[in-house]
Amino acid sequence: MLNKIYDWVDERLDITPIWRDIADHEVPEHVNPAHHFSAFVYCFGGLTFFVTVIQILSGMFLTMYYVPDIENAWNSVYYLQNEVAFGEIVRGMHHWGASLVIVMMFLHTLRVFFTGSYKKPRELNWMVGVGIFGIMLGLGFTGYLLPWDMKALFATKVGIEIAASVPFIGGMIKTLLAGDEVILGAQTLTRFFAIHVFFLPAALFGLLAAHFILIRRQGISGPL
Amino acid sequence: MSNNKVTRRQFLSYTLTGVGGFMAAGMLMPMVRFAIDPVLQKKDGGDFVTTDVAVADITEEPTRVDFTFEQVDAWYTSEVTNTAWVYKSGDSIVALSPICKHLGCTVNWAGDAEYPDQFFCPCHEGRYEKNGKNVPGTPPLGPLDVFEVRESADGLLEIGMAVPNNLV
Repeated sequence: MLNKIYDWVDERLDITPIWRDIADHEVPEHVNPAHHFSAFVYCFGGLTFFVTVIQILSGMFLTMYYVPDIENAWNSVYYLQNEVAFGEIVRGMHHWGASLVIVMMFLHTLRVFFTGSYKKPRELNWMVGVGIFGIMLGLGFTGYLLPWDMKALFATKVGIEIAASVPFIGGMIKTLLAGDEVILGAQTLTRFFAIHVFFLPAALFGLLAAHFILIRRQGISGPL
Repeated sequence: MSNNKVTRRQFLSYTLTGVGGFMAAGMLMPMVRFAIDPVLQKKDGGDFVTTDVAVADITEEPTRVDFTFEQVDAWYTSEVTNTAWVYKSGDSIVALSPICKHLGCTVNWAGDAEYPDQFFCPCHEGRYEKNGKNVPGTPPLGPLDVFEVRESADGLLEIGMAVPNNLV
């Protein structure tokens, strides 16, 4: 049945070469944990992506209940966590996954660093990776405010003060982030929400695509 | 070993698909259950709301009665005002829901000057007789709902949930 559907589509679209391009490629022996167990360090990048997928999915579902409004944000989070079935789990996935992404990404960076995989011609991919790192931190920073509890509020106040300490343009950055020169409130929350669910994910998808295309073009770096 | 029906490759691909599917399901199941929760959540029946209309004052002419109650909408609680068309029919009190059974607009008693003894929906000119029966040939496919009613200890009208019309 499934085979027939696949054949029907493939006959018209010729999709086999597409997924072969994506999925069908040699895994060199030195990155295969089945050959050398220590090669598990090469899994960190893929694991980072896996956790990112969980973040995207759980985030999409959370927005079914969440409202980015100072009157209702906390209440909607309380409701979705305590009144909706599996709310604690879905929010928990997003909450813990956020930290896990950073951890896995850091381990992945260490692996790339210590295997020297950033060297020419892969220095461009290292730069793309640094961009992804920055976006992930931005997602963490903007997402932290959204539950709109005390911890979120005061953590964001500190974060915005750090941004405001940039020489010359610090004040502008602060206003741009908070939406107001003094108040951290209604406009900050909507801004952070928009940045968290639209702008940063869009940038992230672009950079991830570049990251993966570069890996396929350049191949996996050789053994130590 | 020569009579193996399942090849090593097949065995591995089945196992990997199974394990992968199990893991994907473990990830997706909570999210899907989370998303479909509104369909599965139990609703408790509403309480009766006391109006400021005395049952003794109700006539045989349908009269608009507004009643206000506290509505809990997930994390948002607010005062909501609903309307009923109330009249006396013999010894009993009838309170009709004003929600048109065509597409949910609000009907009015004698809303159309040509039919002064019918309910009229301005959206698509649906009409109902006094007992809520939809007039054939107009858009609505069923009669207006009726509210459960009762009389409070001090003679005021109390209105409950809307239920399907039992007068037609």
